[in-house]
Amino acid sequence: MIDWIKKFFGAPSSSSTAKERLRLVLMTDHLALGPDIVENMKRDLIDVISRYVEVDRDKVEVSFEREDRALAMLANIPIVSVSRPSPPPAPPDPPANGGAPPRRRRRKKPPAQNPAAAH
Amino acid sequence: MAMHQPIHDALAAPAVKLGRAIVITSGKGGVGKTTTTANLGTALAARGARVALVDADVGLRNLDIVLGLESRVKYHVLDVLEGKVTLDEALVPDKHSETLVLLAAAQSREKEEVETEQMRALIARLRERFDFVLIDCPAGIELGFRNAIVGADEAIVVCTPEVSAVRDVDRVVGLLGNRFKPQLIINRLRPQLVKKGKMLSVEDVNAILRLPLLGVIADEPEIIITTNKGEPLALRQDGETASAYHAIAARVAGEDVPAPAPLLKESFVDKLGSFFGGRRA
Repeated sequence: MIDWIKKFFGAPSSSSTAKERLRLVLMTDHLALGPDIVENMKRDLIDVISRYVEVDRDKVEVSFEREDRALAMLANIPIVSVSRPSPPPAPPDPPANGGAPPRRRRRKKPPAQNPAAAH
Repeated sequence: MAMHQPIHDALAAPAVKLGRAIVITSGKGGVGKTTTTANLGTALAARGARVALVDADVGLRNLDIVLGLESRVKYHVLDVLEGKVTLDEALVPDKHSETLVLLAAAQSREKEEVETEQMRALIARLRERFDFVLIDCPAGIELGFRNAIVGADEAIVVCTPEVSAVRDVDRVVGLLGNRFKPQLIINRLRPQLVKKGKMLSVEDVNAILRLPLLGVIADEPEIIITTNKGEPLALRQDGETASAYHAIAARVAGEDVPAPAPLLKESFVDKLGSFFGGRRA
């Protein structure tokens, strides 16, 4: 009876939990990629897209779906702005200070994303 | 083929065309490969087919127990491969089915002693004499698995409605590739649990595996009881589970048998329940 009430109010049945676990585990098996590789892939993907449009990094979702025995990677990448966030640096001006190397501005990375900063 | 041909005649007369070698596999252990092999072999023999059952689980042989032949096994696969005895001497005639024989696995040796090419040749020899050669595969995907599949040209995969079993079957089917045309038997299904949403259903399992479904065997106490006695359930003709084995045998033999009937008919109360949204996919 309690089971029935739980079902009625939408608590997931253990068989649907089993189905979901199976779906996820098979996806990883078929990919033959660990979760860390998937995470790296996601990061690289965002980096490439970010060269052209500004995306909301925190809201990017990557998922895998299978059709028959094939697998598809689906990425949902929200675009914040279509203007390029940081245009590639302009070619340096001809030296005006008598041969001293030009100073190039470097983009500063936030410390959290710089692994070296952790040490 | 002649019905109930005595086994010595069956051995003496080579089959006109090569028999079919079918490996029964699953990846995971304990899903009922051996019980399935014994019952399918018995059901095929009941149709008059000449059947050889080969236990490929070297070191952990069990097929002789399920068939009730443990006291009759004198020689095993390795004795034949080493040339200690002839193939005929090692084949154990079944107690119950006249056209069924068993080739037992070695029990006390190392698995590594069986060479893959030797197994291929052995199965080829059996195919010349029998309509069906059923190979009971050990669990795992290592050498024992490779030795069990090497001589086969078809595969039957046995899967229970559990996450681990489905995952392993998926892996094994991937390893087998297309050559073996794998077909599926879902074993140990408990319809009452499926109905309550506490067990994966046939549809859930095959939505993932997408294999031709040979049949579904319910988790019935009588399977345990017949295994205790060493008398495969398929020796009977009546009863739901025995009938399920016979239907599987008919499908394996190429007969056009209607799809497996649902194991549980929905009662009025069930329908009422689903009407009120109690059941989920």
